Amino acid sequence: MNTDTAQAHPRGHAELPRLMGLMTGDEKHGPAATSTLDVLWVLYDRVLRISPERADDPERDRFLLSKGHGPMAYYAVLAAKGFLPADLLPGFGSWDSPLGHHPDRTLLPGVEIGSGSLGHGLPIAVGEALGLRAQGRTEPAVWVLAGDAELDEGSNHEALDLAGHAALDRLHLVVVDNASATHARPGGLAARLDAAGWSVLTVDGHDHEALHAAFTHPHPGRPHAVVARTRAKNA
Amino acid sequence: MDTMRDRFAPVMTRLLDEDPRVAVVLAEIGRDGFAEAARRHPDRVVNVGIREQLLIGAGAGLALTGMRPVLHTFGSFLVERPFEQIKLDLGHQDAGAVLVSGLGSYDWPAGGFTHMAPGDVALLDTLDGWTVHVPGHPDEAETLLRHAVGAGDDKVYVRLSAQTNTEARPVEGPGFRTVRRGGPGVVVAVGPMLTPVLDATAQLDVTVLYATTVRPFDGEALRRAAGVAGTDVVLVEPYLAGTSTAAANDALAGVPHRVLGLGVARRELRRYGTMAEHIAAHGLDPRGLRERITRFLGGTGTAEG
Repeated sequence: MNTDTAQAHPRGHAELPRLMGLMTGDEKHGPAATSTLDVLWVLYDRVLRISPERADDPERDRFLLSKGHGPMAYYAVLAAKGFLPADLLPGFGSWDSPLGHHPDRTLLPGVEIGSGSLGHGLPIAVGEALGLRAQGRTEPAVWVLAGDAELDEGSNHEALDLAGHAALDRLHLVVVDNASATHARPGGLAARLDAAGWSVLTVDGHDHEALHAAFTHPHPGRPHAVVARTRAKNA
Repeated sequence: MDTMRDRFAPVMTRLLDEDPRVAVVLAEIGRDGFAEAARRHPDRVVNVGIREQLLIGAGAGLALTGMRPVLHTFGSFLVERPFEQIKLDLGHQDAGAVLVSGLGSYDWPAGGFTHMAPGDVALLDTLDGWTVHVPGHPDEAETLLRHAVGAGDDKVYVRLSAQTNTEARPVEGPGFRTVRRGGPGVVVAVGPMLTPVLDATAQLDVTVLYATTVRPFDGEALRRAAGVAGTDVVLVEPYLAGTSTAAANDALAGVPHRVLGLGVARRELRRYGTMAEHIAAHGLDPRGLRERITRFLGGTGTAEG
């Protein structure tokens, strides 16, 4: 892609359905994509200190989309925020497009990790939080978006424990909970995070004000998790 | 004599002092050697506990923030157990790291097969862009550790073993060194296989090349040697037999040639015992090597491992 000549204009929340429609061909989207849309929008619109111009700034916040499935909402938000030109969206998944059905960080500026295989984002984010701390960069926040079913992967639990023990207070985890985990127990997720030493809040994953309040909730000395409950995957 | 692993913590402690980019990540194994380094650099010596997926994933995250991570545990748990993390968190993310393993293929036979990693180099061969160092002596291990950490953001594997050559050789670069000129026949000894190879071939007129960096494979050195000593080639590796056979074949693709790949057999021995017993059982002691090399160069050998 050529970002020097392509058009990239910031757009508002109201345009997200149309932007997603450029990838799906209609106004209906996969459930994994829509379950994340509100979370992504609130993060990119009001929380993350990143911009297309700061994609390589070592002091930027990092957002790691760990749940790489159904990235249409992610690409739509990136397009709305000027990270990529909207005219790339119709090529979604094609040979010449940098927009895959799972993102690739080497193809798209502003994408922090390639994802698709579940359970990789949080361990990498722990390393980023450790690396930023070791370099004395206390400002940048590291954010990970994972799905509740993704937390079935044991690699996440290795990362949760270390993050709590190391008091990685610049690390943030958003679990988009659409009740798709197999063998989950009610309340088990928040209890697990709490036991690992995390600050945990559970909110309506479609309520922008509630999401913003949860994302900006103080959590001194602890990593912070927000469980964002969204409509069941078949709703 | 001290072992390669005895050198690991002291060398890394000095590198931690010298270079603020360096970070060491451990998974319990080897932590005692880093007690002083951890006191001096508490944010750059991290023990993640018995969490090997996190060992690699967190290493990748450190690299993505600009650090030079050095990740260490036994080969079984460094390469085999978290292999997908090596493939994706390092390879696919385009993040560099130095992986330093201990125990090799048969260093603790009393510990059984769970602590043996003869397939580590073959596994890394399925991935792009890995440098693989196989030192044959603690002095060489020290040099190669420094090379690995200093290799920018490259992906480097350093395979430390208890098996050691009787003397160190200078490590000047990544190419194979000519230890003995002769022919017909070229024997490539990798890392700690050099002393047994020299013993095995003492009465044979062959060229012996020595490799402490086996990836990239120095095909040019092999072609040069084969141009003088003929194209019968024996590879002697302290890990899975045949690991470098394809690389040798590629190097000699332009000429008719024969390659015998010697190393550790796939079949589990299901024996405990000593390292010397395991080396002999795999036919990697001087006697076993002499028999197979002689048979192969005599023209009647087969490539059985």
